[in-house]
Order: sequence, then structure tokens, then C-alpha cells
Amino acid sequence: MSMVETQNLTKAFGKLVAVDHVSFDVKEGEMFGFLGPNGAGKTTTINMLTTLLKPTDGTARINGFDVVKDANKVRSIIGLVPQDLTIDDDLSGMENMMLQSKLYHVPEAEARRRIEEVLRLVDLWNDAKRKVETYSGGMRKRLELAEGLIHYPKLLFLDEPTLGLDVQTRTLMWDYIRKLKEEQKMTVFLTTHYMEEADALCDRIAIIDHGQIKALDSPRALKDRLGGDVIELSLSEHSADITKAILTLPLVREVKNYGDVYRIKVLRGEEALPSLLENIMKMNLKVVRVSLTKPTLDQVYLEIAGRSLREHEGSKEEAMRMRRNMMRMRT
Amino acid sequence: MISETWALTVREVKKWVREPILLFMMIIQPVIWLGLFGKAFNLTGLIQLPPNLPPQFREMINQMLRSTFGGTTDYFTYMAAGMICVIVLFTAMFSGMSLVWDRRFGFLNKLLAAPIPRGSIILAKINSSVMRGMFQAILVLGIAMGLGLKVGDAFGPLDVLGILAALALLSLGLSSMFVAITIRIKRQETLMATVNLLNLPLMFASSALFPITQMPDWLQTIARLNPISYGCNTVRAFILHSSEGLDLSSLTFNFEVLIAFALIFSLAGIFFADRGLRKG
Repeated sequence: MSMVETQNLTKAFGKLVAVDHVSFDVKEGEMFGFLGPNGAGKTTTINMLTTLLKPTDGTARINGFDVVKDANKVRSIIGLVPQDLTIDDDLSGMENMMLQSKLYHVPEAEARRRIEEVLRLVDLWNDAKRKVETYSGGMRKRLELAEGLIHYPKLLFLDEPTLGLDVQTRTLMWDYIRKLKEEQKMTVFLTTHYMEEADALCDRIAIIDHGQIKALDSPRALKDRLGGDVIELSLSEHSADITKAILTLPLVREVKNYGDVYRIKVLRGEEALPSLLENIMKMNLKVVRVSLTKPTLDQVYLEIAGRSLREHEGSKEEAMRMRRNMMRMRT
Repeated sequence: MISETWALTVREVKKWVREPILLFMMIIQPVIWLGLFGKAFNLTGLIQLPPNLPPQFREMINQMLRSTFGGTTDYFTYMAAGMICVIVLFTAMFSGMSLVWDRRFGFLNKLLAAPIPRGSIILAKINSSVMRGMFQAILVLGIAMGLGLKVGDAFGPLDVLGILAALALLSLGLSSMFVAITIRIKRQETLMATVNLLNLPLMFASSALFPITQMPDWLQTIARLNPISYGCNTVRAFILHSSEGLDLSSLTFNFEVLIAFALIFSLAGIFFADRGLRKG
């Protein structure tokens, strides 16, 4: 059964259609990503799926429960790690966790056990007694993640889980998120506007722009749409015959020759490269230089949306929120 | 509903109990209010009786003062009873503030995504505001007694209980009212403007600082609709409890008004919570 099922899900704020007839499925145990620029409709979609917003049109089901009609059932099986830092600064990490466990009706003794478990998972157990005021930005984000896990949700929503974190902390967060998927077999729905993040974490990605899904596939397949990886070879000699010979090799799709450089488009570059080199050596040719370039999701996005993801500018409100979050992280 | 409300109330209470400056301000503020209003606006002191006045005249004037000032000739005592209610009003006014903050920082979203009744979010705000208001009101009562509040000769522990009951009802109604006002407000500036618009009229158009009977007719009408008047009258009646006994019929009426006020607004707050708290 699908964990998330949406049909023509739509949300309009007056004339602005933030999410425009979106239909997709998320399988159980899957790590599913919404990739798109700020203002593309990612958070609005999450808000509808987590029952915070009522859809204008269309339906959404979580584990079979309708997000409008069975809102409370949906709420009890999902966990939400919002984009903003929503932890109470005046309480300690432990107190924040206890409050969260009470809101999700976890019995006290069980809650104590689970809090230790999830706080150890995100390496915060030793800081649990400290006031959150004294936490760094990365620690807050981790505590936020731990809060989302306290009731062992079937489905975890991560809204921009690494927004505003430095590169090191981001990689660390990725490790925690991967651990969740492997150890807890949890279904994860995440939004991000970082290509690397979607690429590193997601089984499948939906590219969303102007409220519509422009493409939906695994990162690998999305990149293959561009025609695969590019291998560049410099050989000791060059001729039209060599070009033809290379074209017959497995996984090769296209060969172009500029002087002694051969630009070869291949599927699955890592597999194609060894066999390519082996075959060229059999032809008694000497390889002078070789490089493998893989297409990035950025290029995919460029191809699909017609512009680079990084060109987008956030709204004023978005910028304000970013600044506010940054300020909270720095203190 | 009860367990979630309690967990959220504990959160609110922890937040202000742990702030020593806040606690200090809560204690110092009533002292300033009592000092400024109670001692500077000494209305009954305006009538200076000459020392050689025959005792029957003196008694007549005091009688007039007593009937105007709800049974006391001492303005400080009159006003301190009102100030206890004003403190409750001022605490209640800010019950909505933390709701606006929670909304701005996204904490509210986290609560809305949790499987809890929406009403419990509102009730927790109201609860903590009532607790805070009561705490301050008791403090003001204590301080006022230290500063020279003259209680009636039959004043006892039962009167204190009566005062607390009246204040709890007043605080519940006022807190609910202000939380209900705040449910849809998204910016603290808007809330501040709304609160500022309401606070002074609510304070002055009541029997807190000035006897209703001395007001112009139109103002009397407003003051008689103002729940703070009923809170003040009740608190004052208990404080001035004399050997002549309490006026039970007027007390009962005051309590009825306070109970209706508290019930209507707290139920309305809970009722509108589901529709109101949702975003967009």
C-alpha cells in the first residue's frame, strides 16, 4: 500500500495557486524528495499533508486516512520536522522531549526510554539537561529531528532539514536521516532546494516548480534523461575508424571527436569506463588522459524548468524567515 | 484533553517562573501602581474636615463618603480593591502575546500537527494566564495590606476565599477574551494596538478607581456592562466585610454575572480554536 497518495491536490491563496493539481504516490519505506526553488509549493504541500492546511481541491491520503476527514488519525501516525526552529528555548532538551511525548500520548515510562534512544541517535543525550538557549544551530536541528521521532511515526516529514546549516553539520544530518531509514524502516518525505541533498538521500525525487510536478523519478533515472555520463579520452592517435569502433562498445551512446579528444556519452559511467579502457587497449591504442563527468541534478533541473535552480530569489518573507532562523541559530 | 492541556500549561508556567526579572517586575509593578494611584489620587482626602466640626456633621459626611465609596471612607482601601482587579486585567491582556509568539516561531504549527484537541492549546494559555493573574492579585492584596489597607472588622479567611473565587472567574473571562481576540492575529504589533485600545477604557470605565454613581449617565451604562466592575464590587465587599454582615443578594448577583462572563468567553475561545488557529 502507498504511504502517501495524492490526487489533483491543489491549494490556492486567492489568485495565487501555490500547489496546482499535484498527483503522486509515496511507497512504504521510501525516501521521497520534493525538490524545487523557494516558493515552488513544497512547504504548502507538506502543510496540507500534515493537516495544517485544508486543500482547495483534490485529495490526499496518508496510510489510507484522508487528511481532512481523518485529520486526527493522520496526525498520530506522522512526524513533522518543520523548516523553522520551533523548539522552546526556555526549556531544556529533555523538557522539550517530555512535552512532545505528552502531546503524542506516549506513556511516561515508555517516553523516558524512547527519549534516551532518540537523543542518543542524534548524539544529544549528554546535552539533554541543558537549556536549549545554549544549543548551537546544528544541535537545535537535531533536537527538532529527535522530537519528530518520539512517537515512532510511520511517516516522517522533513521540511528543508538542513536549511542554514554549515556543510559539516549538513553531512552529519544526512547520516542521521540515512540511519533512520535503515534502522527504523521509516518512510521519509523531505523537501529541499539543495540538489546534493536530494541526490544523496532520496530514492525518488519530484521536481516541483510553480506548484506543478515537472518530473518524478529516481535521481539516477533523472540524470540519465540528459543522455547519461560523459567520458573524455585523449588517445595517442585518432581516426574515423576508432570513432566507429568506440561507438560499437557496450553502454556507449554517442561519440564525438575533437582532435585527439573523444567525447563519449555513456550510460552508467562507472561501469562503462573500465570496459571502454579495456577495449581500447585491445586495439593497441595508448590512453593519454581520461575523465568521467557525471551530470548533476542541477543540469537536470535546467533542462526541465528551463532555468537554473540557483537563479531563484526568495520572497521578502522567505528572506526574513531565513534571517530570523539564522539569528536564533547563532545565539 | 486534560493531560495535553496540563502538559502545555506546565510549559507556560515554567517559562515565567524561571525568569527572575519577570518575577521581580511582577512584584514591583503593583507596588508602583498602589503608590501612584492609591496615595496620589487620594479622592477622599480632598474633603478636609475642620477639627472643630460637630461630631454629627462629621458622621454625616463620612456616611456620604461610605455610600459613594462602597462602604469605606479611605480612598486607598477603595482603590486597592479595584487595583487587584486591574492587575488581573493587565495580566490577562498579555495572555494572547505568547500565542502570537508561538505562531511566529512555528511552535504553534508543531502543536497543530500533533494529535491533540485544538481547544487544549487555547485552554493552556488561559490556564497559565489565570494562574499568573491570581498569583499577582494575591501579592497585591498582601502589599496593599502592608501599605495601609483597612479591612472590615469581620474580615476572615472565608472572605479571602471569596476574593479568590471572584478573581479566578474574572481572570478566566478576561484571559479567554484576550486569547480569543488573539486567535487570528499574526503580528505582535497588531495585538499591542488592540490591547492598548482596550486596556484604559476597561480600567477607567469601571468601579475600579472611581465610584460608578459619580460618573455621567452614558459612562455609567458602559461601566455597568464592564465585567471588571462586578469583580471590583465583589472584592471590595469581601475586603470591607464588617460586623453588619455581607449584602448577600448583591454578592450573588455579582457572582452570577462573573460566572456567565467566564463561561461564555472560555467556551467561545475553545469553540473558535479549531477554525481560528489553522493557518491560511
